[in-house]
Amino acid sequence: MFPETWKFEVAGPINDLVDWLLATFSVFFDGISSGVLTLLLQISSILEAIPWFIYIIAIAAIIGFTSRRVFSTVFLALLPVIVGMFGLWDLAIESLAVVITAVVLALIIGIPMGMLMAEFNLLETIIRPILDAMQTMPSFVYLIPALMFFGLGRVPAVFATFIFAVPPIIRLTNLGLRLVPQEVQEAALSYGATRMQLLREVRIPLAMPSILAGVNQTTMMALSMVVIASMIGAGGLGYEVLISINRINVGRGFEAGISVVILAIVIDRLTQSFAKRYEPPSR
Amino acid sequence: MSTAIKVAGLWKVYPREGGKKIDTDDPEILQEKAEKGEAVIAVKDVSFEVASGDVFVVMGLSGSGKSTLIRCLLRLVEPTRGQVYLNDNEITNIKQDELTRFRREDAAMVFQHFGLMPHRSVLDNVAFGLKLKGISNKERYDKAREMIDLVGLEGWESYYPASLSGGMQQRVGIARALAADPPILLMDEPFSGLDPLIRREMQDELVKLQTEMNKTIFFVTHDLDEGMRLGDKMAVMQEGSFVQMGTPEEILQNPADDYVARFVQDKKKQFAMVQGGEKELGEDVS
Repeated sequence: MFPETWKFEVAGPINDLVDWLLATFSVFFDGISSGVLTLLLQISSILEAIPWFIYIIAIAAIIGFTSRRVFSTVFLALLPVIVGMFGLWDLAIESLAVVITAVVLALIIGIPMGMLMAEFNLLETIIRPILDAMQTMPSFVYLIPALMFFGLGRVPAVFATFIFAVPPIIRLTNLGLRLVPQEVQEAALSYGATRMQLLREVRIPLAMPSILAGVNQTTMMALSMVVIASMIGAGGLGYEVLISINRINVGRGFEAGISVVILAIVIDRLTQSFAKRYEPPSR
Repeated sequence: MSTAIKVAGLWKVYPREGGKKIDTDDPEILQEKAEKGEAVIAVKDVSFEVASGDVFVVMGLSGSGKSTLIRCLLRLVEPTRGQVYLNDNEITNIKQDELTRFRREDAAMVFQHFGLMPHRSVLDNVAFGLKLKGISNKERYDKAREMIDLVGLEGWESYYPASLSGGMQQRVGIARALAADPPILLMDEPFSGLDPLIRREMQDELVKLQTEMNKTIFFVTHDLDEGMRLGDKMAVMQEGSFVQMGTPEEILQNPADDYVARFVQDKKKQFAMVQGGEKELGEDVS
């Protein structure tokens, strides 16, 4: 047996700390909460207003234009139809709204953060281990602070998804900027580029493929998190999966699971096709 | 004739890998550190002057500090000690924004590995320096086209650097340097990466351009032949210091020490042959 006298309680103080935080900064959390909610409602009302066939046409147009392959265009455009046939279209849109909101927030915060990290070495040494820790943490864990600060509902779901999805975009923005060839940067400096000009004219354009890979990663992470976040009220496809687990309804879970996979495949292809356009020309 | 580049007592000392930062500029302490193996001296007490309109060649083997020296002139590498003057203005004591202005107006650099922007077309690459200065689109593209014609790349404006051969990429590099019309050109082994025939062609063209433009050129090379061909004055660099400075003929005739003598040995033989009347042989030298 582990010695009884060594017992050390932190649960109590942590709860007290959280209560104190909530009481003291309630205005702050309420502000964030209503801001996120407004964004989410905007995005979700736009997504809901678009009729289903417009999605299909848009996917076909984007994939067709960038890949110029008939088979993958038709295949990817028809995949979402399956989701509709399962009767899960509305839920998929609901999940998509949470994902997009979280990704938008992740990009707004993550890309500038990555840039600052690339610019200041000190910041990199500080943030890097935090990102490492964030990425090794089980995704479930993010539900706790979300729940603590924002209670149940779609706002904490967006928050948890955002926290889970933000590391890749920070990391890959930083990495992309740092991997810009030294000789090109030196040439730009020798022609009198200021720090800002160097960033704008040389480093960001050359880091673009890496940054877009980060967008892709972040989106995929958000999508996987949105299923888990259904436990604190994200709704959508994840909630469908949750219900089927609770009721041991394998069939229903299968439909929802396949729909999530379809969503993932289509979003992955869409973001990758954007990334391809930014590869520096090789000939 | 006025002085375009003046360098006085220039030092650049790097700490060894993982070593402490160099926090002194006392030559004796620096020397001591180097002897103890704590620091590496890349440039050691170099002083020289280049008259405007001259081509000054610094020749040395790799690792002799010549690339560091040329970078010190624009403070792409921050010198440890000493002064650099461009057109009689000291640039070693000015602030960042003034330095930026100098880099834009007074000097332009051509790099061994070209340093072109892979995501920009030839035209945009050539116009890059002008863009940094904030010159309007039309004006800078007109100027860039003019420079592209000058280096013989008309028709390639919309191509990207990756689709150009090495020689053509370096033409873009030269056009970019000329576009800002700076009085001083700094060239860091610009032709070293090119094959011998192209190299020769580029050297000839540089000579031709120079007779038209009359810039001050600071040229770094490891190729004695190139140095002899282009230089009005020449310096031989070894382990961070200038071991000899003079006209190419002076160096050829009176090498200051064994190092320089070994350098010029082969060249001297060829030279003797040419003077012996077999002029065709001289043409093959490369």
